[in-house]
Amino acid sequence: MANVTGAHTANHSDSNYLNHEKGLWNWLSTLDHKRIGLLYFITVAIFFLIGGIFALLIRTELFSAGETIMTAEQYSRVMTYHGAVMVFLVIIPGIPAFLGNFFLPMQIGAKDVAFPRLNLASWYCLIIGAGIALASLFFGGADTGWTFYTPYSIKHAPAVICMVLGVFVAGFSSILTGLNFIVTTHKLRAPGMTMNRIPLFVWALYSTAIIQVLATPVLAITVLLLAAENVFGIGFFDPALGGDPVLFQHFFWFYSHPAVYIMILPAFGVISELITTFSKKTIFGYTAIAYSSVAIAAVSFFVWGHHMFVSGQSEIAGIVFSFITMLVGVPTAIKLFNWVATLYKGSINLSAPMLYALGFMFLFTIGGVTGIFLATIAVDVHFHDTYFVVAHFHYVMVGGTLMAIMGGIYYWFPKMFGKLVNDKWAQVSFFFIFVGFNVTFYPQFVLGSLGMPRRYFDYLPEYEHLNRISTVGAYLIGIGFVISVITVIHGLFRGKPAGPNPWGGTTLEWTTASPPPHENFLVTPIVTAGPYEHR
Amino acid sequence: MNLNRGRFFAGPRVATLAAFMSTIIASMFSVVAGASTFMPPSATALAAEVDHIYAFLLIASLISFILLIGGMFWFVYKYQRRSANDKTAYITHDHTLEFVWSFVPFVIFMFVFFWGWKVYHDMRTVPADALEVQVMAKKWDWRFTYKSGKEVTSGLDDNGQKIPATLVVPSGRPVKLVMASEKINAASTDPRDRPVLHSFFIPSARVKQDVVPGRYTMLWFNFDQPGEYWVFCTEFCGAGHSAMKAKIKAVPQADFDRWLAEEGGGVLTLAEQGKALYGAKACVGCHSADGTRVVGPTFKGSWGAQHKMEGGATVAVDENYIRESILNPNAKIVAGYPAGVMPAYAGQLSDDELLALIEFIKTLK
Repeated sequence: MANVTGAHTANHSDSNYLNHEKGLWNWLSTLDHKRIGLLYFITVAIFFLIGGIFALLIRTELFSAGETIMTAEQYSRVMTYHGAVMVFLVIIPGIPAFLGNFFLPMQIGAKDVAFPRLNLASWYCLIIGAGIALASLFFGGADTGWTFYTPYSIKHAPAVICMVLGVFVAGFSSILTGLNFIVTTHKLRAPGMTMNRIPLFVWALYSTAIIQVLATPVLAITVLLLAAENVFGIGFFDPALGGDPVLFQHFFWFYSHPAVYIMILPAFGVISELITTFSKKTIFGYTAIAYSSVAIAAVSFFVWGHHMFVSGQSEIAGIVFSFITMLVGVPTAIKLFNWVATLYKGSINLSAPMLYALGFMFLFTIGGVTGIFLATIAVDVHFHDTYFVVAHFHYVMVGGTLMAIMGGIYYWFPKMFGKLVNDKWAQVSFFFIFVGFNVTFYPQFVLGSLGMPRRYFDYLPEYEHLNRISTVGAYLIGIGFVISVITVIHGLFRGKPAGPNPWGGTTLEWTTASPPPHENFLVTPIVTAGPYEHR
Repeated sequence: MNLNRGRFFAGPRVATLAAFMSTIIASMFSVVAGASTFMPPSATALAAEVDHIYAFLLIASLISFILLIGGMFWFVYKYQRRSANDKTAYITHDHTLEFVWSFVPFVIFMFVFFWGWKVYHDMRTVPADALEVQVMAKKWDWRFTYKSGKEVTSGLDDNGQKIPATLVVPSGRPVKLVMASEKINAASTDPRDRPVLHSFFIPSARVKQDVVPGRYTMLWFNFDQPGEYWVFCTEFCGAGHSAMKAKIKAVPQADFDRWLAEEGGGVLTLAEQGKALYGAKACVGCHSADGTRVVGPTFKGSWGAQHKMEGGATVAVDENYIRESILNPNAKIVAGYPAGVMPAYAGQLSDDELLALIEFIKTLK
């Protein structure tokens, strides 16, 4: 990276963050953002495995109409845990707390985040929250769906109480991480690293952090009210006690819609990094991409009512929410156009991380345009709570965020561990995941159009054919992830040395050794140009 | 190293990628070609309107997708890396291009927004001549009550399999449903038996409305032709959620009239049941049915009227207002009447009794 002086990479000593201190306790009490990032990596990977097993159980049950491998009561629980684990313990912490923790400080030339102790505390919040939430399994399991809609969720059941309190505690992980990222981005940038020179991954995390700090407390208070109603019988949401069940939906989506952007904005950041590095070309429209992230973050607070078009909210409310939701489509479209424009006259290297980035664009575009179907209020009335919605948000969350996580892992793996992953096998994992994903979820658009509602344990015989295709796809995805786990483990133990910059990246993390030293840079970098100067 | 090998394999890999992606795009096209089979048969005029927006969105999405992702493939193919020392263009932005690709989507989004609004407004505007049927939802069944007092419930066939409740309606006439959610068992105090959310979804009519405990929600449709249509519950309500189905059978008006007159009807019409309750529950002591002023406002002519409240607000007298006024009378006080006189009837009237009372009030024109 020609634009950085004084940050040369030759790190002659073998000391790095991985061998800086030894022992399990040193890892569990570490204040190093890179080690905390890896703690999150392991945690999120384990939860992803758990959530994935629940997903395969769902698809196996739905392979045939009628009862296949479990009862309807068990199915309600499996569906609830799949959603809750994947949303609260995988997709939300996935990119920010794992990749963000590791690379945000490095990309702005900092030694660490602003509050290392809070950073460690945030990991413990996630672990404790997850522990409480999963303890609900010992009380028979929660069967409310991950949305906990009232009054169904008001049943004075210990499982539901455990689950919502677990979500409450895990939420603090998100708040603390967001707070840390905002302060770090403002206060710890290296000399010369102006706000217009920070990488787009940092811009994305910064926008995400704003949402995390402002929206998550609303979720916290909502689940606390729900717990209070369950434990003490206070009537917030139960009409029999003078409460309003629709009020819960307003509270819940006031958080959970912005949370959708907590899940997808960091993915946009990863994709911006991948596209520019693997095209060996500066990003097209840096400012547009950076500010569209902030715009999406701001508008995301005013669209929650589109989850409630048929809830009984007033006609005028529905129309206003439909309008604002359309507006979110614009900055999202801008990003996609910018990424494609970046490819133009580039030098495109189709390694595994880039395949994941291209796969992201393919799938996210489908997720995005189907979002417009759902924002169109008259059309949503038909699609609402059908498999069309299930397909739509999986195209966005899995086709989008998960593809970005995978691309990000393969992109930054050499930096994190100093070793290369076998790229050919990483590509094989992509093909399985990408093909499997489309085979799983494309038929679900058709199922939803045909009227099959979501969260159905059983369905009419005419839906069976498409459900079978979908289930086969789910197993293909499973195979893809098994392959990718093997590639990562193989890379850890048998990977060839990576060198500081195997992909030709231009952001600061590629200027230091792989794996990086304890405090990232031996000499504080001085920045004299923008982040993607491929000239 | 990896990058060198990448160059070596780049050609075949791009070819595979392109072949594979075009297969996916082709399969999507074939599906779209049969787009009419995508949606269930459209059985109402409104459903046809929804399908028009849907068709527009589908075509617009496909064109955008092909432009964007087609462009992506073309660039990936044309600009694949030849060597590690490739020089690339240095293009940072282009204001005209960026304006165009922001403004064009904006215009399309606004177009479908207004179109969606227009059709949605029709969905929410119930025609005045609609036939009214009361719908009761509970875990996990639907029950329909006609004004004549006739009630339709689910049943069991000879094998013990459930036969879904079938709502019989006249074709070619708008039908309005007034929907409420009730307890599994009126006497139960178990919190798990409380009324929960359900949602009434008729795929062939493209309409759906949540059924919310503690209030009434409405839905209307008008089937063009006689036929049988499914109703699904689309708000998760527990283990029996997917079994919570009903059917709608649209028949010619003459057949409907004959069916309604068959036995199985109630002894009393809904309004007559309401009139009986009006006496039995002592409403008559304070609310007259003939327009005279007693303690509270008269019921005569109140349905559909605008009542002035204490504090100056105006409230339209509809199902939800009457329900609230019975269960929680002090929530809104009609101007000129004292507050705190009427006892709250919350917990003393079943949902069926409430609907019967409302029906009675509707008849006092």
